[in-house]
Amino acid sequence: MINQEILELLEKDARLTPKDLSEILNEDEAKVREDIAQMEQDKIICGYHTVINYNKALRYEKTMAFIEVGARPMKDKGYDHTANIIAGYPEVNSMYLITGDHDFICLVEGKTMFEVCQFVSDKIACIEDVQSTKTLFVLKQYKQNGVMTGAGKSDHKDDRLVVSY
Amino acid sequence: MLPINETVRDLKPSGIRKYFDLANSMEGVISLGVGEPDFATPWHICEAAADSFKDGKTHYTANRGTLELRELICQYYQENFGVQYNPVNEALVTVGGSEGVDLCFRTLLNPGDEVIVLDPNYVAYEPAILMAGGKPVYITLTQENDFKLLPEDLKAAITPKTKAIMLNYPSNPTGGTMSKEDYAKLVPVFKESGIYIISDEIYAELTFDGQFCTPASFDEIKDQVIIINGFSKAFAMTGWRLGFLLCNAELSKQMTKVHQFIIMSAPTAAQIAAVQALKEGRHDILEMRKEYERRRNLICSRLNAVGLKTNIPKGTFYVFPDITSTGLTSDEFCMQLLEKKKIAVVPGTAFGVHGEGHIRISYATSYNNIKIACERIAEFVSELKEKEEAK
Repeated sequence: MINQEILELLEKDARLTPKDLSEILNEDEAKVREDIAQMEQDKIICGYHTVINYNKALRYEKTMAFIEVGARPMKDKGYDHTANIIAGYPEVNSMYLITGDHDFICLVEGKTMFEVCQFVSDKIACIEDVQSTKTLFVLKQYKQNGVMTGAGKSDHKDDRLVVSY
Repeated sequence: MLPINETVRDLKPSGIRKYFDLANSMEGVISLGVGEPDFATPWHICEAAADSFKDGKTHYTANRGTLELRELICQYYQENFGVQYNPVNEALVTVGGSEGVDLCFRTLLNPGDEVIVLDPNYVAYEPAILMAGGKPVYITLTQENDFKLLPEDLKAAITPKTKAIMLNYPSNPTGGTMSKEDYAKLVPVFKESGIYIISDEIYAELTFDGQFCTPASFDEIKDQVIIINGFSKAFAMTGWRLGFLLCNAELSKQMTKVHQFIIMSAPTAAQIAAVQALKEGRHDILEMRKEYERRRNLICSRLNAVGLKTNIPKGTFYVFPDITSTGLTSDEFCMQLLEKKKIAVVPGTAFGVHGEGHIRISYATSYNNIKIACERIAEFVSELKEKEEAK
């Protein structure tokens, strides 16, 4: 059972409680709890994360890069076998099969540039059926999960008059 | 100093000015008192205006507004609300709905003419009537009747001097709406009296559960109706100051005369933004409406749980709960809530004497703010009760 409205709301604000959701959607609270539990069990809801502005925090703990990976599809398995090997590394934050010159794009995180480079050359590039990699380091983050994080944008204050007619 | 105009001199400065000044100057206030959307104007609309500057579109437009915009406005009313107007001579683009209000009264009223106004109502109508030499006559709306206008009250208010009635549904501050059936009961009275019906439809797009109805959709009274609307609420464009008037050609001609002398033409960039809004902004309206409706559900549920009797409004982004159970007046409630809990709302009395016993709460704010504000209102109300019981 997929409750699309619940997903829509939680995707934007994971802190909404079942009680909040039931009031917002005018639904029974027990039913909302049940739907959420079911979607968690079905791995439709896979986690609840925090959107962090890395321009402001963890600046020296985190280096991010997008790695484009070219791979040879395997007979009967297509790309999935190789993809699962790459995605299995904890350094890989997100990964997609894409169109274009390469086959996968992975967001890889490490502490330093060196660490990321080492991961790409020692781990990803060595996987059988991986044919090429291209590493694109992130210089600055402007938007994440729908939230603007660029300079000046993340501090956006409500500039409306506190009270007006 | 020589004396100024007496009507202006005697305009009551809003009784809650002090409260407004305090709320607007206090730090860390969570506000449920804002009369405008919290959404930013959709990006594609802003871009259209920004491009227009670069393209050198910085001159006056036709007095009535660009023909392209008027055509889109008329098409929009036809498609969404089923009423037809001619863009050439029945549409006028104004500086916000506010200019539309002013133009109506300047154009219609002779000294001493009466205008029926609903109480509670939006704050700008009464001064506009007075400044045009008219006399406001009030009909009281009640929470029991969902703040609707009833035919018997309308009939009783009409005198030989009545020139017009000022309507605003969905309503700021009550959130009340009028359905087709509700209007149908009024139509014979309107028809018989022949009075003008000025319908401020600025919240039309923020109608939940059901279809918005304009009185102009009744053919037998369409010529008496003047529609005021604009882009502020539907498209989150309050700061752009752009509205429009739709009415019969003769009235429109007369109002355009006033407009051309006091305004010349509405801001060009805003008109270009409005064209973009009408062409590509349907999706934005629907997204925002869905969000407002969800917030409404949340806030009504929380306020009723606290014991503040709140009707579930079918439109706008306001609720108008009854606070008489607290034993405080509207002004006391708002002032104490602000001072003790740093939550700003607007006293019902700001909207007319019959707003007493109510507060206007705007839910044009985030879920999180609504949740925190309702928690603090709950604390406030229960502390009042404890104090009462201790007596």
